[in-house]
Amino acid sequence: MQKIGVFVCHCGTNIAGTVDVRAVAEALKNEPGVAFSTDYQYMCSEAGQNIIKNAIRDNHLTGAVICSCSPRMHEATFRKTAVSAGLNPYMLEIANIREQCSWIHKDTAAATEKAIILGKAAVAKVNLNSPLTAGESPVSKRALVIGGGIAGIQTALDIAEAGFKVDIVEKSPTIGGKMAQLDKTFPTLDCAACILTPKMVEAAQHENITIYSYSEVAEVKGFVGNFSVKIKRKARYVKEDVCTGCGACTEKCPQKKVPNEFNLGMNKRSAIYIPFAQAVPKVAAIDPDYCTMLKTGKCGICSKVCTAKAIDYTQQDEYIEEKYGAIVAATGYNPISLEKFDEFAYSQSPDVVTSLEYERLMNAAGPTNGTLLRPSDGTHPHTIVFVQCVGSRDISGCGKPYCSKICCMYTAKHAMLTREKYPDTEVYVFYIDVRTPGKNFDEFYRRAVEDYDVHYIKGMVGKVAPSADGKLMVQASDLIADEQLHIAADMVVLAAAIEPDKSARPLATMLTASMDTNDFFTEAHPKLRPVESPTAGIFLSGTCQGPKDIPETVSQAGAAAVKVIGLLAKDKLTCNPCVAHSDELLCNGCSSCEKVCPYGAISYSDKEFKMPDRTIAIRRTASVNAAVCQGCGACTVACPSGAMDLNGFSNRQIMAEVDAICR
Amino acid sequence: MSGTNSDLTEQVLRTSGVNVRKCMRCGKCSGTCPSYGEMEYHPHQFVYMVEKGEIDALMKSSYRCLSCMACVERCPRGVEPLKLIEAVRLMVVRQQGQNHLKADQIPGLLDEELPQQAIVSAFRKYSK
Repeated sequence: MQKIGVFVCHCGTNIAGTVDVRAVAEALKNEPGVAFSTDYQYMCSEAGQNIIKNAIRDNHLTGAVICSCSPRMHEATFRKTAVSAGLNPYMLEIANIREQCSWIHKDTAAATEKAIILGKAAVAKVNLNSPLTAGESPVSKRALVIGGGIAGIQTALDIAEAGFKVDIVEKSPTIGGKMAQLDKTFPTLDCAACILTPKMVEAAQHENITIYSYSEVAEVKGFVGNFSVKIKRKARYVKEDVCTGCGACTEKCPQKKVPNEFNLGMNKRSAIYIPFAQAVPKVAAIDPDYCTMLKTGKCGICSKVCTAKAIDYTQQDEYIEEKYGAIVAATGYNPISLEKFDEFAYSQSPDVVTSLEYERLMNAAGPTNGTLLRPSDGTHPHTIVFVQCVGSRDISGCGKPYCSKICCMYTAKHAMLTREKYPDTEVYVFYIDVRTPGKNFDEFYRRAVEDYDVHYIKGMVGKVAPSADGKLMVQASDLIADEQLHIAADMVVLAAAIEPDKSARPLATMLTASMDTNDFFTEAHPKLRPVESPTAGIFLSGTCQGPKDIPETVSQAGAAAVKVIGLLAKDKLTCNPCVAHSDELLCNGCSSCEKVCPYGAISYSDKEFKMPDRTIAIRRTASVNAAVCQGCGACTVACPSGAMDLNGFSNRQIMAEVDAICR
Repeated sequence: MSGTNSDLTEQVLRTSGVNVRKCMRCGKCSGTCPSYGEMEYHPHQFVYMVEKGEIDALMKSSYRCLSCMACVERCPRGVEPLKLIEAVRLMVVRQQGQNHLKADQIPGLLDEELPQQAIVSAFRKYSK
């Protein structure tokens, strides 16, 4: 028989405001096994924890029930308290009477009754609890960073500097990500390439960093400290270690009509290509969708001109497998597709561009070598209209419900730079709200208005209509003047909302990391654990977690690195003792559990059994690898014969809880 | 508030099914409105006026709206300003004791400056 102590917390008025905590403590006193029951204002405070410790010692308690907040909040706190008083931590249970009771009910009588029932269920469970001992598992001292943009690069550099090995997996042929496509960066207007490329080179040269470019994560197995990841290295048909990046092949390649993704399709590249001059690794890749040799077997020019003999048309996708202690998701963002926004004529006129395209048009390495020219006829635009919030803050179903955060600042930058370089240009910015929180951000926006005479107009563009003379007729509202404006513009620039990269969703499934409805990775706690996924060992860096600018991304990347270093610095991790185990006598060898196990923790083997008639029978039975099992309980539900059971959450314990609730 | 009528406001909100609080004052409705220059009050104002309860003023001046639904189509917040105008028009009809409009009454109601589209959509709405 257990001797259980019940401790009911007031949580100030959070619980006591709705639940009669005294009555709960009083009622639970009469439950079977309960030897002690009390209530206190803040059970998690030092004084509250002392009440628990003293009660355990003085009454020789063998179990404890804390009626308080969610176990996600303070289970670890109270288990530590139990340990310090000599109690096994798994002999303590939490009855959540805050989130699941006081916060959601208004009626004191009903809430009190429910709190008592929740307490009874916890007591019933503790009566069947047995002490559990956590094992230990080793930590693979290597980290994986998925995504090679500024977020991934910064995280990798910080981890590598701390002395741990890091691999970067990047799906395109070069690292650099979106930042490599930018011209200048707000609010200081330093050139993106000048501050990014040194970091790319540093990452490439760092002895602790391995870059797998043109590669994707194909499979993730294991758990915190012991991930096993299969990486697909896509065939680039160029030997990465032989190619010198001289570019002779790209010049001689006869297929030069491939849309250049680095310039967002605004100019063409060859079928064998190096994404841009500062690419890391500076190695060519052949685009199999356009290469004549790969498609028809007739050409081979690049192979002939390559003095390094790096071309290999027979290359195949390769898979490598590596062990990691921690994984960082840094998969980044993309502007949304604008095909649902017919009113802005994006697909009708080449002179309607997205802000990222405008960025390329302003960039010295862009399709126009940095001279701002209209894509349609190559003339200099004199009137440019910027439209903010295209698809952001949009709940109509065409766009995204959130604010994309970076558009106000980059639009101010574009407007300012345009006026600076071409003072003969009239620049209009249509805004709903100008959101510029951040160091030197609002000053930056005001400079665009006050020093550069950019026309900021409170209102929205309703329609853009291309006219026969090549102008774009912009119809918009000016809410302050209460009038409708009609502007004949030469170019329209749309600040398209940003969304997580499409690779993030399948990756989240592989990592068993949670996502929100917008496909941004969810953090373990929005304020206190912003760079960790709720899944242990998975960390978040950059815009895959939510819209953010470069300064924020770099800060978050560093924070994620610190968390990874903290994990890799440990030699051993404490395992969760609440793992599954199978009763060999009940197991019928059906493999149901093996099929549902997301961690691959269950295996089958033939075992000899002595039968009642003294013969030996060989039966196939399941066994669980406790180091791999994460205690999710899927196998216990799937098992048709009741052979699978979960430590700490056994079928008996759960049924006892249900019984106590129904009693 | 002067010129407000809480009973009428309630009726307009209920008939239209519009939640005026969803409006984020972006003005895209008025930016997109093809009849903007013709109207005394503009789509973004419809929404704000209903929110403030200024239905009487709207009832006197709601017939230049073409009911083209551009504002409904383009609103990023799904506010549907046109539905407010339709509801206001219904209030006018009801106040005059006419729940339904008959085809033979139309010629007598015609106004030289009234856009054709407005007549058609009004007829579609009020005749059963």
